[in-house]
Amino acid sequence: MRVAVVYERMRPEERQIIEAIREMGHEAVPYHLNSSPLSFEGEYELDVVIIRAISSTRAQVTASLFEGLGVRVVNSSRVLSTCGNKVMTTSALVKAGVPTPRTKLAFNLEGALKAAESLGYPVVVKPINGSWGRLVSLAEDEEELRTIIEHREAIPSPYYRVHYIQEYVRKPGRDLRVYATEERVVAAIYRVSDHWITNTARGGRAEPAEITEEIEDISVKAVRAVGGGFLGIDLVESEEGLKVLELNGVTEFKNASRVTGVDIARELVRYALGGF
Amino acid sequence: MEAKCPVCESPVQLPDDVMPGELVECPSCGATLEVYEQDGVFLLKEAEEIGEDWGE
Repeated sequence: MRVAVVYERMRPEERQIIEAIREMGHEAVPYHLNSSPLSFEGEYELDVVIIRAISSTRAQVTASLFEGLGVRVVNSSRVLSTCGNKVMTTSALVKAGVPTPRTKLAFNLEGALKAAESLGYPVVVKPINGSWGRLVSLAEDEEELRTIIEHREAIPSPYYRVHYIQEYVRKPGRDLRVYATEERVVAAIYRVSDHWITNTARGGRAEPAEITEEIEDISVKAVRAVGGGFLGIDLVESEEGLKVLELNGVTEFKNASRVTGVDIARELVRYALGGF
Repeated sequence: MEAKCPVCESPVQLPDDVMPGELVECPSCGATLEVYEQDGVFLLKEAEEIGEDWGE
């Protein structure tokens, strides 16, 4: 089969995916977005496209282009759009009854203060399309929230006029990153950090995690809630059990592969080729 | 394989197994450069800065 990999940066993950395609006896067709344009008239003769663009916008539009050509795309543009927007993600999780922290949306300072008051401080304010934990803010009290909202409203982007305000889940110095499809969990790690933001991109340390029944159950339900795919799911351990923080459609996994020994690139290729 | 730094025009050595999308540093001026390919030739451009919608 001819398996395309659409990407911008050749990171360890993209290398591993291309190697896995070749090792599994298929033809890898890398498409570097900064080298050549893509065409709606393209006769690419592909069987599967794996989307690996780091920019969520480029990931969504390239997925959409190949879908128009009738090619199977992993992950699909719909799933990438849902995962690329925290409001759409929360909406899908709530609709499917998947546990997620209590969240409110506000559209100005007064609304944000009311939302936080009803959630109870501390609260977390997140960009609705953010990533790598950037610009995620913790407000311990009203004064801090006022400052955060004023800063957000000074940013000239309509996305920052939507204030996504979430209860702060007191976690035990770690959270979970799970790699899963709509059928099963592939690997799971703890991300351990002294800081409340535990992304490994932000210095969180990866440690292998046992895949419990609870992890398997919530992760598979979360993937199904957003429409299926091969996804990275962030879970937090709350007093009421696991809750889903977010899902990632173009997931990074080099640290997770290293500490768990699971060849996540190969699992992704297997999924893309139609195996669950 | 050799390419030219678009910032200082110094020659930059590329590894034999280089792939488009790799980042390299210009040994002369220190610029971070992205390898891209045009008509079978590997060229260098200044690496894009991290965008608002980058990451996971």
